[in-house]
Formats: sequence, C-alpha cells, structure tokens
Amino acid sequence: MRDLQNMTVEVCLRRWPFVQQFFVEQSRAELLDTPDVELGAALDPFLLEALGVFIGTMEEFLGTSEEKVNRITIRGGRAKDGSEEKVRELTVRAGEVVCIVGPTGSGKSRLLADIEWVARGDTPTARHVLINDEVPDDRWRFSTEHKLVAQLSQNMNFVMDLTVQEFLALHAESRLATDQEEKIQRIWNWANELAGEPFSLETPVTSLSGGQSRALMIADTAVLSASPVVLIDEIENAGIDRQQALDILIRQEKIVLMATHDPILALMGDRRVIINGGAMVDVIEPSEKEKANLDELRAIDARLMGLRHRLRMGERLDEI
Amino acid sequence: MRFVTVSGPPSSGKTAVILKTVEHIQKQDLQVGVVKFDCLSTDDDELFRKHGIMVRKGLAGALCPDHYFVSNVEECVQWGLANDLDVLISESAGLCNRCSPHIREILAICVIDNLSGTGTPKKIGPMLKAADLVVITKGDIVSQAEREVFAARVHMVNTKARILHVNGITGQGSFELSTVWMGSEDTSTVEGKRLRFSMPAALCSYCLGETRIGSDFQMGNVRKMDLDLPTGEKTDGGPTDLKGGS
Repeated sequence: MRDLQNMTVEVCLRRWPFVQQFFVEQSRAELLDTPDVELGAALDPFLLEALGVFIGTMEEFLGTSEEKVNRITIRGGRAKDGSEEKVRELTVRAGEVVCIVGPTGSGKSRLLADIEWVARGDTPTARHVLINDEVPDDRWRFSTEHKLVAQLSQNMNFVMDLTVQEFLALHAESRLATDQEEKIQRIWNWANELAGEPFSLETPVTSLSGGQSRALMIADTAVLSASPVVLIDEIENAGIDRQQALDILIRQEKIVLMATHDPILALMGDRRVIINGGAMVDVIEPSEKEKANLDELRAIDARLMGLRHRLRMGERLDEI
Repeated sequence: MRFVTVSGPPSSGKTAVILKTVEHIQKQDLQVGVVKFDCLSTDDDELFRKHGIMVRKGLAGALCPDHYFVSNVEECVQWGLANDLDVLISESAGLCNRCSPHIREILAICVIDNLSGTGTPKKIGPMLKAADLVVITKGDIVSQAEREVFAARVHMVNTKARILHVNGITGQGSFELSTVWMGSEDTSTVEGKRLRFSMPAALCSYCLGETRIGSDFQMGNVRKMDLDLPTGEKTDGGPTDLKGGS
C-alpha cells in the first residue's frame, strides 16, 4: 500500500489532485493551506485509511471509465411456472432502443432488475447477463461509478433547491467530469431543444415544467451519467420531443431499454421484447406495415396536440 | 444464525427495506426475527408480526438508545438462537447521529434516503462511516442526477462500503440485498466482540434526571460551545450545505 503516512499534503495533492475534494468533504479543507504537514500527523488513522481507499477507488474509477460497454446479453432462464424461458438469448447493442411490453405483473421489473444486478443465475429467474460477451465481475453490482443502469421514470422529480446551472455543476463535479463548462452548456442546449418551451440556466430546477424537467433529465443522463444502459419508464407525450430525446441517447451510444405501452414510442424502438408469466416470450421487429402506421399515429398525435394547444389558447373545440 | 445490524436516520425506510428483504428469505423456508430498538414508542413490531416475523421491541425510554442497544445485544442474539432463527436483524435509528450500533465482524447496514439532502451523508457520522453496505432508498422519486450525486456523497464519507439502491415500496433491489444478508457469517454470540465505533461519552447531571437549566446544575461531562467565531469564518451546516460543501 502507498506510504501516505509520511507523505506531505502537497505531494499527495500533486499526485492525486482529486484528494482536494476528499479534504473538503471530510471538513478538513484547512489542510490545503498547510502543504508541508505530513498526512500521518494531520489525519487520524481512521481518516488516513479512508484516504488510502479513496485514492484506490478513484484511480480505478478514472482508469476504467474508458472501458466501454458495447453490448449486453441476456441469457434466458425460467418463467414463473418453472418452465424454460422461450427467448434463450437477447443481445442489445450500444445505440439501440429496445422496448419492453407486457401486462402489469408480467415480469418487466424483474427483467430490468436482472440487468441491473447483472444476474448470474442467482436471481429468481435464473437468467444470466453478460457484458461485452463476458461474465462481468462484482463491481457492477455495488459501486457507484460502475452502475450499469441509469433510470428515468415519470415519477421522478428534482428535489434540490438549485438553479439549472448549479445543479448541473454539482452533478458534473460528483462525476469528476472534464470540460465541465462545455458539458453544462451542451446539456442545457439539448434540453432546450427537447423541451420546446425554453428555460434559462438561472431557472431553479424545482420550477421547471414537467416537459422541461423530463428534457433536462434526459439530456443530463445522456451527457453526464456513467451508466451505459438507460432504462426509461414511459415518456409522457407532453412538452417534449420524444424522437429527439431518443436520438440524443442513441448519439451518446447508450443502450436504451424502454418500458412503454405508448404505440408511437413502441414503434420507435428497433425491437420489442414481449414479457409474460415472468419470461421473455418473444422478440419482434417492427414490421413494414407497422412502420407505415407510425406516420399515421404521428398524424393522430399531432392532431391531438393541436387540440391541446387550442384549449390552452381559450378556444372552443366545436370543430375538430 | 446470521445476524445483521441495520441502522439509519428516522424515516429513512429501514422497516420497509427489512420487510421487503425478509420476504425473499422467508421464501426459502427460513425463520427470521427482528429486534426493534427505539426511544419512546413504536408500532413496527405489529407490522413485523403480520409478516410472520418473530419480533421483540426494546424501548430505551430515559436511557441513551444506543447504550441500551449495546447493553442488550448479546441477550438478543441468544433469544434468536433459542428460537431457532436463521436470520436475526437488529433495527435501530441512531438517533443522535453520533452513535452506530455496528459491531466488528457482524454485517453492518446503514439505510439512508435520497430525499434527505446531499449534506446528510456527512452529517450522520459513524453509523454510515462504519457500515459495510449502504442502502439508499426512495430513488424512484428523484432524478438520476440526484441519485448519482447522493451516491457519490455517500462514497466520499465511506469509501469502503458497497452501495445498493433499494425501493421500500416496490421492493426493487431487496432480492439483491437478501443475498448479501444470506452470504454473511454465521454467528452464535457477540460476547467479546467490539463495537466499531465508541459510544458518545455522556455522564452528566442530565443523564441522571436533572431538568433545571443553568451552569449551577451541570455536573460531570459538560462541554460549552464557543459562540465567538473569528470574523470572516462561516458557520458550518445550514442551507449552504445544499450546494455541496465545495
């Protein structure tokens, strides 16, 4: 193990600049003003040990963040009734959107949980999940930086009392992101493109509209989240451009899994997995006919949106 | 018998997490018991009983709840063994944020929720700092970014702990937590084991029932605050903490 005991604060900070954050978090920021003090003298044994572990995990974090997840594979296990799962193997690649459909209680959540826990035959479904065709190790299960799945759902809200700018800066900082300013700008620009109704960097996140919140969450997850898989639980069809939202995630090479029963969203996916009785029973690609219908569905949708707009403007809907 | 200590601030979701996790253990036909430590009152014992879990509650009353916990924990373990439990869980709320019930060599879980604010991991001290596994709850209602920021804050305070997200309502993550519990060491006694962190030093007149206020009535381990700060120095805590201590 590194000899931190006899290392001065200055040497430590030069070698591992992120240690500054550690001192601040541990309420020991005053150490930054005493570069010549040895760590063994400045920190109690408990903190010194914590610092050692922190440096270790941060090195791992910074070193391996380049390792890219190109595809995940789900090997079928068994259904709720114990029979063999029909779909024996499903591979989803980076930049692909797969929809998950099935009635309530059919096992959609368990499938997503299996992916998140990188199942190794040790969950109730006995499924196996592979990352880049290999059996992954434990770090995917417990570490903050290697969390496989980021989640976006309708119930999620911002709870912090911060402006958009402060909020994104906080997230970028916790991710140790490089080019923080550029990333914040990019997220904000994208979110504004998605939302339609513009908002500024000075807007408090808690005052964003539903559509703006969704837009910001999606853009932020695309740019700043380290998780290669993004799990979406419906995207409400209000105040947000859904096709563009998916495009942003695809552009960032995310593996997108989307639980939805919205026909437009479902047809936007490259494939859809059908879940029933706790098992994947089929994987289908949208047919040519379905793709043709997508245009009609969009037209119906646009008409509804038009009516919505007219209502908002105080008009009557005698003629539709 | 597996023995697990679960701690966490009030209302962080300890009971809900325990109930969801125990369901998976009961499916394996194993017997689970809970000892619930609290201060003045709790109805959670009924809740546990309803779920087929053997339960004992310990109300600390006038005593420091954590001193009360450690004075009784060996008896609780023996109670669990006498009742042929496969898994025994102690649940306590670490009420003053200074204590932690965690015992060396015994799986130590801290439950903390996403809504409690990013300053919280730093504030709650030893029960988080000394835990093996930190369970973060209420992730279904905050944004992905806030979950990541919060988990990073937990990681800063306890770099060694594994972190698991569990939803106390839907049970998401509870199966995974149950596998960690079942993978812990077999325990037949905690006699002679040590707490991971010392309990607060407290032996003053108020511990002994004094109610009057004023220096004349204060004896024993009493410490006075220094209210005069050098000019320019900001106080810690408070709303500025929300911005994240940097």
